[in-house]
Amino acid sequence: MHELLLLLLTGLGAGILGAIMGIGGGMIITPVLTVIMGLPIQYAIAASVIAVIATSSGSTIAYLRDDMLNLRVAMFLEIATTVGAVVGAIVSGLVNTKFLYWLFGALLIFSSYNMVRKLLGKKDAAPATTNDAIASKLRLNGTYYDKAAMKQVDYSVTNVPGGFVMMFGAGIASGLLGIGSGAFKVIAMDTIMHMPLKPSSATSNLMMGVTAAASATVYFFNGSLQPEIAGPLAIGILVGATIGTRVMQVLPTRVLRMIFIPIVAYMGLQMLFKGFGVSF
Amino acid sequence: MQNQKQNHLDAENKEVELVIGQILRVGVIVAAVVILFGLILLFGTGSTGYPAGVHPSRIMSIVSGTVALKPYAVLMTGIFLLILTPVLRVVVSIYAFVKEHDRLYAIITSVVLVILVAAMIIGYFGK
Repeated sequence: MHELLLLLLTGLGAGILGAIMGIGGGMIITPVLTVIMGLPIQYAIAASVIAVIATSSGSTIAYLRDDMLNLRVAMFLEIATTVGAVVGAIVSGLVNTKFLYWLFGALLIFSSYNMVRKLLGKKDAAPATTNDAIASKLRLNGTYYDKAAMKQVDYSVTNVPGGFVMMFGAGIASGLLGIGSGAFKVIAMDTIMHMPLKPSSATSNLMMGVTAAASATVYFFNGSLQPEIAGPLAIGILVGATIGTRVMQVLPTRVLRMIFIPIVAYMGLQMLFKGFGVSF
Repeated sequence: MQNQKQNHLDAENKEVELVIGQILRVGVIVAAVVILFGLILLFGTGSTGYPAGVHPSRIMSIVSGTVALKPYAVLMTGIFLLILTPVLRVVVSIYAFVKEHDRLYAIITSVVLVILVAAMIIGYFGK
């Protein structure tokens, strides 16, 4: 019973944070399961993948209703992440994962540095309305209602090829390293494609569930998925994600970014250390 | 005339989006209810329905266990339904784009569905 409560609460926290940030919450769930509950790592990873799906599905319902996410951007970039994930799964064992941890770790650190600069720079600059040829052709530009600023925000995206490549990398990372790559997805949209942070986070939420569904099937059928762990976790997350979607929409974008930066930096450090063979 | 047509199209799109939202909500709620039911069974009966350390992980054993209302099997069914919700999302998006006469995105989303289903089938047979 004590364990059940711990799982429900962990799920609740991970769901709230995940829905707000567009990340899967594996960074919260895995340590709780392995360190506090003493679960073997492969069981913890299997539970994390279910957590990603629960966060994604729980939040997408609300974000779809509130027109917060960009369905075209999601589906177009989803090609890159799913192909990337399959490639990652195929080449796993052929490449040195240490090198990949360094690479992705460095990328996250660099991104957090970039976001700090963005935060210190101009104050919540109005989103670019440049006329990008590819974005117009693919009709990726969108609009959302910002409940914090209380106004409708029209935005256009740029550098679609760059974002596509980054998403491919995010897919490889999730297929190869078994990580939810929500942070990479948000960075691809926010930093590279210049999409506002809120729709970036909401769109990442939608996408990560689709990417995770394939790896979830592996864990589901190979027996590493523990029903008594994943079940309560999923319920907690679904409730948490529902709360998170409300919170995210009323948070000012600056505050959202202030929460996002330390999380990305922490994840980057964690991956760099893993590359050196130290895990924490 | 052009404007009227556009308005009509927008209204239609809005309706399609509402329907999609409903379908997805029902999918997630069904998965959650089955998981909750499994948890209630698990703690109500105090038994998993299986020997210690064992849970069903193949389709046939999960189905037969669920019919027999074994708690672990019911939980696995609920979790499997949850895994299917993103697939449902892609399927209804294809429907939405077709309804919106958006051929390009109907094709793009269909490609995503094919890749996803292929990866899931590999996941089922592989590893």
